[in-house]
Amino acid sequence: MGMTITEKILAAHSGRDLVRPGEFVNARVDLMLGNDITAPLAIAEFQKMGAERVADRARVALVADHSTPNKDIKSAEQCRVMREFALAQQIEHFWDTGRAGIEHALLPEQGLVAPGECVIGADSHTCTYGALGAFATGVGSTDLAAAMATGECWLRVPESIKVVYRGELNRWVGGKDLILYTIGRIGVSGALYQTLEITGETIASLPMAGRFTMCNMAIEAGAKNGIIPPDAETERFMKSVTSRSYQPALSDPDAEYVRTVEIDCAKIEPQVSLPHLPENARPVREVRDVTIDQVVIGSCTNGRIEDLRIAAELLKDRKIHPRVRLIVIPGTPQVHLQAVREGLAEIFLSAGAALSTPTCGPCLGGHMGVLAAGERAVATTNRNFVGRMGHPKSEVYLAGPAVAAASAVLGRIAHPEELS
Amino acid sequence: MKLRGRVHRYGDHVNTDVIIPARYLNTTDAEELAAHCMEDIDPDFVSRVEPGDIIVGGEDFGCGSSREQAPLAIKTAGVSCVIAASFARIFFRNAINIGLPVLVCAEASAEAKAGDEMEVDLASGGIENLTQGRSYRAEPFPEFLQEIIAAGGLAARVRRKLAQGS
Ligand code: SF4
Repeated sequence: MGMTITEKILAAHSGRDLVRPGEFVNARVDLMLGNDITAPLAIAEFQKMGAERVADRARVALVADHSTPNKDIKSAEQCRVMREFALAQQIEHFWDTGRAGIEHALLPEQGLVAPGECVIGADSHTCTYGALGAFATGVGSTDLAAAMATGECWLRVPESIKVVYRGELNRWVGGKDLILYTIGRIGVSGALYQTLEITGETIASLPMAGRFTMCNMAIEAGAKNGIIPPDAETERFMKSVTSRSYQPALSDPDAEYVRTVEIDCAKIEPQVSLPHLPENARPVREVRDVTIDQVVIGSCTNGRIEDLRIAAELLKDRKIHPRVRLIVIPGTPQVHLQAVREGLAEIFLSAGAALSTPTCGPCLGGHMGVLAAGERAVATTNRNFVGRMGHPKSEVYLAGPAVAAASAVLGRIAHPEELS
Repeated sequence: MKLRGRVHRYGDHVNTDVIIPARYLNTTDAEELAAHCMEDIDPDFVSRVEPGDIIVGGEDFGCGSSREQAPLAIKTAGVSCVIAASFARIFFRNAINIGLPVLVCAEASAEAKAGDEMEVDLASGGIENLTQGRSYRAEPFPEFLQEIIAAGGLAARVRRKLAQGS
């Protein structure tokens, strides 16, 4: 019996020929990640462990992205803890305001994750990197501390669910719609503790940006990791960001899956997930007359240049609805710069949007667009839990950049076709 | 070790954003975090909770972000353990790593009512609802996790390992 791509990567990183679901391993970690919310706690634990130096300063990535540019004095202190640690430990991959992007958009862009690698991050959306054919999973601060001290992380080998996508995508349907639809089908705990292996002809022709969006939200189905078999598109992406070598893994034809889910993409229309769970996915056309106060386009889910291009295409020569606030947040400084060069920044500003430096900000209700009681937002982010973007009585509707942009113009949740 | 306390009952998908909202994550001070525990779904929790009390949740307890501040806030608020039908995986590993006992038991979770008196025997996984006179057995921890728990959490285990190494 063969192994899945996830099992192969975990076996290779724990010195085994074979691992099976349910087994526990201590895996060697190729890259470990922390941010300004999780790293300070990890640093405190690291010190309590009696550790003096990180096991490998080239394998640690620290990103000041959540509450930055520092939103208040306490956040500034948290960032300082991380900055001082990064300097003292000579951490190679540390980014502060101005150079920092949202971690899960930034690390792939910097070529720090490659197919076949094992990545942990003290952030639940670390699963994003599965899009590159890496094993990547979110952990906690103590896990990050232990990994910084020892270079390893304990992991239970997950069972895998195979999701097969077939058929051509409809106009205005992208990775976000596919993953919202999928979570709608299997539920927010539909893949609890398991791997979502995302495959099929539709995925083979899906560009990298859409793949990142899909794997990013694997955690929203409870999954340990999402993973896409590396192919020519992966290789093209890797060549564009790094020249280093790596060892891709692919699932064996006789690998075992706990279940297979088949998805006919021709039937999928642009989706929106209603409050307060990502599994409340519906076709946008079925969600009528929902007026909105704010639109956020950005985050580790949809803050890439491809996402901004889609939004700009719809916002060009248009103004947003007078009652709506539109906040556009490029995922990284490179995306921001590209948006300026391509003229997208001008389109956003002319439409009436606020264009922000990269930050998580409103995605977690931190700053840069927090909602008041009773307010409603459409966001290209990944969570619509109670209070996620601000007041516990506010609401978040999740969607892709096309629906978000169309909704900003019309002042209510709208299908992009309504603009033409 | 036996734990005993009153039940605080919640439903399915209790996420880390309501256990400790992001607006309070600008600190790592455990007491400060505990002062806002469960604030967005149960504003009275902090004034009601007493040392030893037990949180009972439904499916997928602790879903959402990886913030370790969530189990830390619960533990520091005085909660002795969390019983749920299932846990989100990062919350589960964080709880194990920081030494907050978490027990998976769908039956005990389904039948528990707010205010019930419960007793939990961590060694055997036995759960007793003293108010209802019902007993249950939680899923035993795999050996690998028992070792982390016995060591007093992951930090303690690594500390020992590092001390032996040097
Ligand atoms: S953008 Fe949102 S989901 Fe992504 S890392 Fe930041 S806070 Fe988390």
